Amino acid sequence: MSDSEALRYDVLVVGAGPAGLACALTLKTLKPSLSVAVLEKAASLGAQSLSGAVIEPTHVDRLLPGWRKEPLDIQVPVSADRFLYLGYRRALRLPTPPQMHNAGNWIISLGALVRRLGSAAEALGVEIFPGFPAAEPLWDNGGALAGVRVGDFGRTREGAVGPNFSPGVEVRAGVTIVAEGCRGSLAKTLIRHYGLDQGKSPQTYALGMKELWQLPPGRTIPGSVFHTIGWPLPTDLYGGGFVYHLDRDRLAVGFVVGLDYVDPDFSPFEAFQQFKHHPMLMPLFQGGEILSAGARSLVEGGYPALPTLEMPGGLLVGDAAGTLNVPKIKGVHMALGSGIQAAEHLVRTGSPTGFDQSFRRSDVGRELWRVRNIRPGFRAGLWAGLANAAFETVMGGRTPWTLSNAEDWKSLRPRGAVRGKNPRTRTRTLPPRDRLAFVDSAALHHEENQPVHLRVADPALCVSECSTRFGNPCTRFCPAGVYEIVTDGGGSRLQINAANCVHCKACDIKDPFEQITWVPPEGGSGPNYANL
Amino acid sequence: MNPIKILVAAKRVVDYNVRVRLKPDHSGIATDGVKMSVNPFDEIALEEALRIRERGEASQVVVATVGPHEAEAQIRSLLAMGADRAIHIETTRETGPLEVAHVLLQLVREIEPGLVILGKQAIDDDCGQVGPMLAALWGRPQATFVSKLTLAGGCAQAVREVDHGLETVEVDLPAVITTDLRLNTPRFIKMPDIMKARQKPLEKRPFETFGIDFPSLVVESYLPPPEREAGLRVESVSELVTQLRDRGVL
Repeated sequence: MSDSEALRYDVLVVGAGPAGLACALTLKTLKPSLSVAVLEKAASLGAQSLSGAVIEPTHVDRLLPGWRKEPLDIQVPVSADRFLYLGYRRALRLPTPPQMHNAGNWIISLGALVRRLGSAAEALGVEIFPGFPAAEPLWDNGGALAGVRVGDFGRTREGAVGPNFSPGVEVRAGVTIVAEGCRGSLAKTLIRHYGLDQGKSPQTYALGMKELWQLPPGRTIPGSVFHTIGWPLPTDLYGGGFVYHLDRDRLAVGFVVGLDYVDPDFSPFEAFQQFKHHPMLMPLFQGGEILSAGARSLVEGGYPALPTLEMPGGLLVGDAAGTLNVPKIKGVHMALGSGIQAAEHLVRTGSPTGFDQSFRRSDVGRELWRVRNIRPGFRAGLWAGLANAAFETVMGGRTPWTLSNAEDWKSLRPRGAVRGKNPRTRTRTLPPRDRLAFVDSAALHHEENQPVHLRVADPALCVSECSTRFGNPCTRFCPAGVYEIVTDGGGSRLQINAANCVHCKACDIKDPFEQITWVPPEGGSGPNYANL
Repeated sequence: MNPIKILVAAKRVVDYNVRVRLKPDHSGIATDGVKMSVNPFDEIALEEALRIRERGEASQVVVATVGPHEAEAQIRSLLAMGADRAIHIETTRETGPLEVAHVLLQLVREIEPGLVILGKQAIDDDCGQVGPMLAALWGRPQATFVSKLTLAGGCAQAVREVDHGLETVEVDLPAVITTDLRLNTPRFIKMPDIMKARQKPLEKRPFETFGIDFPSLVVESYLPPPEREAGLRVESVSELVTQLRDRGVL
């Protein structure tokens, strides 16, 4: 496409999530003369947003005055929070860690919040384009980020130009805000290109899965929030479950596992399903129905892994940068806050330069610094992690050291080299029966005849070294059943069921040979979550 | 043949990838946070109209919808696909096929199109009645389930997908055409066209101004289809015969 056909804006935001929309909304509020566009890969706003989500409302109050009076599809004030240690049979109530106190917080649907933020931004003149993913960065002659090229439409599986082919346009901007969310493909490219992670601790991630349930009447206590640790996870695995009681007999249930786990035979999906069968929880779900379900990765490296947030022509915000507060298990207020910070910085200075420093000095940045040592402490196991967390909390983050993380893809040990016993499991009877049934509730859509968006550098490795050493962990860590080893004819091969992909990026993070690359599929593809 | 105007009717429906669920009180379909789209057959209708216009056989493509305020998102995407202008008849009530056909009849009298193209059915209620009802009320010919359409000399030649194969009919214009899946593949919307669509005329009219006051269809309750009971595996033919006898089939 020739340069004259490129679209031009003052500011381009990649990703219509909480960080990107907070940034766009604040930019237009502070300086209405700016032209601001937002690209979003999902077919509609909020359709690929997934979070718990218990949120701190401060930033929402600022961005959406009056939201409390005009409730979102899911918006319930927290009335009680409990922190539980689960055994196979029992549940032991633990003192709720101070960061996890939720008085004044709200349980919401992130998808619903994103839709509301989108309407507010559009009302101010922000141009939002759902269904248009950023495929690759554009650079100017001086090597600065100058915008993105949107993905092509209508390519065939082999990559050829199909009958309805429509090339992706160039969108050029003075400043590009990268707000793709956790492990964004553009952010990954840019962090490498500009070396934004140099001198930082490696980034570390978790995988989160969630289901929204409609239960038979009378079972829920609206506003009750439960977080659990323990069963069904072994104690060397960082993770836990959540159960949020909503209104209208709805309930959100989810499970998060640190992707630094070591056992290649571990299945995050199976752990989530086991969790629902704990005797304390199972009676809640019996006879209920799943309304929507999905998965995503979470960025857990915190302050030590936070990359440099500015580059020539661009900024990183929200989960794409890695602003999630792990001890609070909250990312939404951090994402909103970093988006607001980015907008204020741009309006104040007119350039990305200096954003990294101004963010780190802001309330949001300092909040992240204080809790920097808590997640890495859990690398020593659950009990050591909890003790370290208590110590760090008492110290208010003023400990003189900063612990670091390790790369998740390096953490798997070969099959048979894993010590320790796995906790007992239960026979599963609750839906979903398997991962195919699970993704059925994600309302997936991928045009079948498009190029496979999960690129494996060397498929031969899958059936040789990966198979013998690790037993193909991709067939277990993927919560959507995308990867299968099939045996046909003479040998085995990796089959990629790309149309099942829920865009969680666990494979891009956890594959032990670091050879899977997630790229955005054709615009509008992927899950269509209803209020996750 | 002088270029004609084409009226395309489109409906906002629950997206085809979504597993449709009922509200807990059975009063309707649950739409909270659910993705909504243009009825796919109506997109095919618009694509065909645009191709006719691009061949120079039509001068203008008008798209109309009857639906709630939120249907504006779908109308905008149809304008971005290439329709010249749009009419949004706003209502919060559930309108049945006959009411929509009467609305379209009034639009047809006003716009005087040479063709009205619509989907063979909407994927939510699968009625498939609006097109034929409009043709009857208007007193003009119709070709339904069309998989190929050519215009020549004031006539439309249409290949219809019927139970026994394909049937070719010729209808005088103006006429009503309803589209089948194989007619075409709708184009992708381009980003610059989304921006242009914001400037295109979108006229809003309250449903009430159409004076349609006959009693409409009232749905008392929605029920999911009954769950299928598990089957029975038999060991032998004689057991099968016994089982069939016991159930009174034989």
